[in-house]
Amino acid sequence: MLNYFLFSFKNLKRRGIRSWLTLLGIFIGIMAVISLITLGSGLEAAVNAQFGVSSTQIITVQAGGLSYGSPGSTVVNPLTKQDAEAIGRLSSVEFAIPRNIEFVQMEYNDQVEFGYVTNVVAGIEKESYEALDFKTESGRLLKSGDLGKIVIGSNLELLNKNGFDKELAVGKSLLIEGEKFKVIGVLEKKGSFMWDNIILMYDDDLNDLLNYGDNIDVVGVKVKDKDLMDKAKEDIEKLLRDRRDVKKGEEDFQVSTPDAMLKQVNSILDAIQIFIIIIAFISILVGAIGIVNTMATSVVERRKEIGIMKSIGGKNQHIFLMFFVESGLMGLAGGILGIIFGLIIGYLGILGINNFIGATATPSINYFLISFTLIGSFLMGSVAGIIPAMHAAKQNPVEALRK
Amino acid sequence: MKKEEVITLKNVAKYYYMGGNNIVKAVDGIDLTIKKGDFVAVMGPSGSGKSTAMNLIGSLDVPTKGAVFLDGENVSHLSESDLAEVRGMKIGFIFQQFNLISNLTVLENVMLPMDFQGASQKERKEVAKELCEQVGLGDRINFYPKQLSGGEQQRVAIARSLANDPEVVLADEPTGNLDTKTGKKVMDFLETLNKEGKTIVMITHDPNLAKEHADIVYSLLDGKIEKITKRKGK
Repeated sequence: MLNYFLFSFKNLKRRGIRSWLTLLGIFIGIMAVISLITLGSGLEAAVNAQFGVSSTQIITVQAGGLSYGSPGSTVVNPLTKQDAEAIGRLSSVEFAIPRNIEFVQMEYNDQVEFGYVTNVVAGIEKESYEALDFKTESGRLLKSGDLGKIVIGSNLELLNKNGFDKELAVGKSLLIEGEKFKVIGVLEKKGSFMWDNIILMYDDDLNDLLNYGDNIDVVGVKVKDKDLMDKAKEDIEKLLRDRRDVKKGEEDFQVSTPDAMLKQVNSILDAIQIFIIIIAFISILVGAIGIVNTMATSVVERRKEIGIMKSIGGKNQHIFLMFFVESGLMGLAGGILGIIFGLIIGYLGILGINNFIGATATPSINYFLISFTLIGSFLMGSVAGIIPAMHAAKQNPVEALRK
Repeated sequence: MKKEEVITLKNVAKYYYMGGNNIVKAVDGIDLTIKKGDFVAVMGPSGSGKSTAMNLIGSLDVPTKGAVFLDGENVSHLSESDLAEVRGMKIGFIFQQFNLISNLTVLENVMLPMDFQGASQKERKEVAKELCEQVGLGDRINFYPKQLSGGEQQRVAIARSLANDPEVVLADEPTGNLDTKTGKKVMDFLETLNKEGKTIVMITHDPNLAKEHADIVYSLLDGKIEKITKRKGK
C-alpha cells in the first residue's frame, strides 16, 4: 500500500502561497462556526445583560410602541403616577414602581457631559432597588431624607469612561442641570451600557429640575407569584384599557413580561447566529470551489509527473488516490487552522464578556463538533478533488510524458 | 540453446489520425524480437518513429495494427491499468531527462515502482537501499534530485528502473543530457547490467553509441525497419 498521506503531505509542502490562499474560505467559515459555538452561553449572557433582561420577575409597562430615545420618553399620551398606583392595587401584583428616565446635562471638573437620570420614589425605595437589582459597590443607596444626593452607575466613576477626565467617587459633587449633587454611592457593574451610566436621584429632586409632574416613562411591576405572570399581564392590560379608554387590539401601551423580552432578545441572537452560519457555509463553499480550481491547475502543472508515475507502473487508481488524498489534506489543513483560530477567538470573546459584564461564563468546547469538523473538512476537500483527480488519472502516459 | 523471447513486435503499426484524411503513420509495420540477455539498440534520426517504437516496446502505448508480446503474452489489447501493471513489473524505464520525482528523496524515488506493485514497506526500503549502493549513491539516499548532478540523477533513474527486477531495461537516449565522460559512465553501467544478464533496449539517434554497445541494432527510417545490424558472434 502506497503511503498516500506522506506523499500528499510532501506535495502540499512545496505548494506556493497561491494554493494556501484558496484555503481562506474554508478557514474563515470553520473559524466562524467554531468561535460561535465556543462563545455559546457567554454570548447569550452578554446580549441579555446589554438589553437589560434581568432574572427577577418584573413586568415592564410603557406607553406607545417601540420608540427611539429613552423608554417611554417620546410618546404622546404618557403613563402617570396614578396609573402606577392603580396597577399596584391589582390582586396579582405585589408592587408597581413608577419610573422616569431623563436625559440631563452634567458638569464636573469643568467638563460638560450628557447622561441619564432615573428617579427613586420616596416610600418605595426598597422595591425600586429590588426591581432593577441595584446594589452598591461602594458607599450606599439613597434612603429617606437623601435630597441633593445621588448614586452613580459604575462607568461614571471611571476616569476613562465618564468623559470628565477625572475620577468621580463617593463624597465628590457634580452639577446636574446647574444644581449641585453629592455622590453617596456607586452601583455594582451590570454589563448594560444603560444601567452602568445611570444616575439615581430622588423623584422630588428630579421633578424640581425637569418638571414632568405626574407623567412617567415606565412602570416596573413585580408579580406576587411567578405563576401569576400571565394573569398579571392580562389584569394590567385590562386596567389600562379602561383608564386610557382604548379598545382591545388598539392598545397604545405595552406590557412586556421578562419571558417575552428574553424570547425577543434570544430570537435576535438566533437570527444573528443563523446569519453567521449562512455566511460560514457560503465561505466554505467558496473554499471548496477554490480547492477544485487549485487541484485542476495542479493536474495540468504536474502532467509530466503523472506520466512518469504511469511509466514506472502507476495505475489509474494510484494517481487518482494521490490527488484525492492531497485535496482532502488541503481541506483538513483549512479545518485545523479554522478550529485553532475559532477556539482562540471564542476564548478571547469569553474573557472579554466576563470582564465587561462581570459574568463567569466558560467557553463551551464541543469535542464532538471538533472531530466532526476535522473529518468533514477532509471529506469536503477530497470531494472537491474528485473531478481533478479523475482528470489526473485519465492522463495518457505517452502524451503526459511528452511535455 | 535457443534464447527466450522477451519482447516481440509482429507487424506492428501505429497511426495517428490528425483529422480529415490526414493520417500520420509513425510506425508502419515493424517486426522485432528481443531475446533475454540481449543489448538491443533502436536507432534512427528524429521523425523516424523511434519514440513511437519505444512506447510500443515499453507497453506505454498499444498498436493500431499488429501485436506486441511481452513475455509471451499479447498486451496489444490490455486496458491502461493492466498495461501499467505489466510494465511496472517487467520493464524499467530510463529517460533522457532522468524524470525523477522532484519532491521525493533519492530513496523514495527508487522505492516508488515497488510502491505501485504493493511491496511491503520493509522490503521496499531494503531493496531500494541496496540499489542505491549498487549505483554508487549509498551516501545520497536522503538527497533530493535537485541536489544531485545530471550523472548522479541518471544513476538514480537506473536504480529506479531496476526496482522491480524487470525483464527489460528500456533506456531512451540515456546519455542525451550528459557530457561525454558522465555519459560513458552511464553506458558502462548499462553494459555491466547486461553482462549480469539483464536485457537492455536503448533508443538513440547516435549511430556510434549504438554500434559501440549494442549486440543488435535496428535502424528505423520513416516508420519502417531499414536495416538490422548484428555484432559478430550474436
